[in-house]
Amino acid sequence: MSYLNPGLPKPVPAPDGLDSPFWEAASRDVLMLQRCGTCNEFQWGPEWICHRCHSEDVGFEEVRPVGNVYSYERVWHPVHPALKDQGPYIIVLVELPECSNVRLVGNLMGDPEQSVEIGAPVQAFFEHHRDAEPPFTLVQWEKV
Amino acid sequence: MSRTVRGKVAVVGIGETEYYKRGEAPDAEFKLALKAILAACEDAGISPKRVDGFASFSNDRSDPSHLAAALGVDDLRFANMQWGGGGGGGSGAIANAAAAVATGMAECVVVFRALAQGQFGRFGQGPQRDVIAGDGAHTVPFGLMSPAQSFAMKVTRFMHDHGVEQNALRAISLASYHHAQNNPRAVMHGRPLDEEKYDNSRWIVEPFHLFDCCLENDGAAAMVLVSAERAGDFPHRPAYILSALSGSHYRAGASVHNTPDYASSTFKTVVPRLYDMAQVKPADVNVLQCYENFTGGVLMSMVEHQFCDPEDCNEFFVKDNLIAPSGKLPTNTSGGNLAECYMHGLGLNIEAVRQIRGQSTNQVDDVDVALVASGPMVTPVSSSIFGTEATL
Ligand SMILES: [Zn+2]
Repeated sequence: MSYLNPGLPKPVPAPDGLDSPFWEAASRDVLMLQRCGTCNEFQWGPEWICHRCHSEDVGFEEVRPVGNVYSYERVWHPVHPALKDQGPYIIVLVELPECSNVRLVGNLMGDPEQSVEIGAPVQAFFEHHRDAEPPFTLVQWEKV
Repeated sequence: MSRTVRGKVAVVGIGETEYYKRGEAPDAEFKLALKAILAACEDAGISPKRVDGFASFSNDRSDPSHLAAALGVDDLRFANMQWGGGGGGGSGAIANAAAAVATGMAECVVVFRALAQGQFGRFGQGPQRDVIAGDGAHTVPFGLMSPAQSFAMKVTRFMHDHGVEQNALRAISLASYHHAQNNPRAVMHGRPLDEEKYDNSRWIVEPFHLFDCCLENDGAAAMVLVSAERAGDFPHRPAYILSALSGSHYRAGASVHNTPDYASSTFKTVVPRLYDMAQVKPADVNVLQCYENFTGGVLMSMVEHQFCDPEDCNEFFVKDNLIAPSGKLPTNTSGGNLAECYMHGLGLNIEAVRQIRGQSTNQVDDVDVALVASGPMVTPVSSSIFGTEATL
């Protein structure tokens, strides 16, 4: 099941390896985010060092895939040919209070014309594209 | 107090090409740049060969050495690019040029921007490729790829936090289209906008209707900067630079929408320095040019430049407050990026100079101080304040 019509650019791990653990974990229905081994705070997107304490000891850790809607938008005008017949869709910015309030971008599953409340709790939905070349998994969100 | 550009540099020439719809310029982008620079030099009454520096922004493709060769510049002394931020670099390029003139690195610097999107591809279109890696891998596969889509969530959060209604955004668009009707250069001249037409226009991405979004155009604009000592030697009234600088708040560039102060135009840390350098207060500003990629960015920029309390937006942002000559703060008096031309904001700086000269097609009475805010919601952003000789 795919929220958006196929044909958008497919995500692949960065060639430098910086976000590889995130994608590998998502393929197993697990959310992993970057956490500093020195000051224990999370950061996202991934960086080479901790922006708080400048430690190089930054690794990935499994987290509970839950958060709140920090903001959202309903897109009506497609800017990519793959979405020409898509109709409206919802993008959410999800804040993870258990993870130093880092934010992730995803789509909100369900009716694209549903109302969205800022602050509403959401949980991750792992949208697998196993048959794609290369295969990938998107971390989507659904209302709790 | 000596570490300032205040009053040390003036704009003495401005020039623009004709403005075209995207993809319709009859000239190559580099030729557009040359034509705007020649027009600015003619306006200043100087030979282009005496220009000795160039400053631009947003990775403008017209290289200064190539320009200098094409113009027969005698002695190139300054070649500068403001990094990052797209249209957020408009006032930053002026700041860099002013710093070069104020410190004696150069004598006569041209700030310019040229765009031919037909020749080089569009801003408002998503990447069309098979795979994507890096920051874009965490946004693009969700259909988040255009500038409108990148900024809408900031505006939605700001409107939610402060109870701002859609009509506040509408007022900004109405004011720009109102001004464009008096400006024959404007792409939207002869195409007025009213409340009903706005309300009935299609959504691009909520909360932006079609008329909340900037145009995409081809053309070029340029201005000539010299030291204040020489500013009286040129045909037009000088527009003195009272302040020009750039910057952004803590981790404004954090990727995947992770900047801590998210619902911001990015101006909060820039504005106190801007007013300090200019030695003016928000109430001293007679006319405002405020970069519109999207109306929501204008609203947040005006709040962060301290023209309006965030809780008072619904009362302040009405058309009558924003139009020349009688509004409380006439804003985007050429029609701006929404209705005159999208020249990546350099056109807004040129309009500020016109207001100082008394030459705008929507002239505000007795202008002494004109402010330009360049490129909201990006990083870095920049602002500039121009003043008449009386402000020195
Ligand atoms: Zn740390």
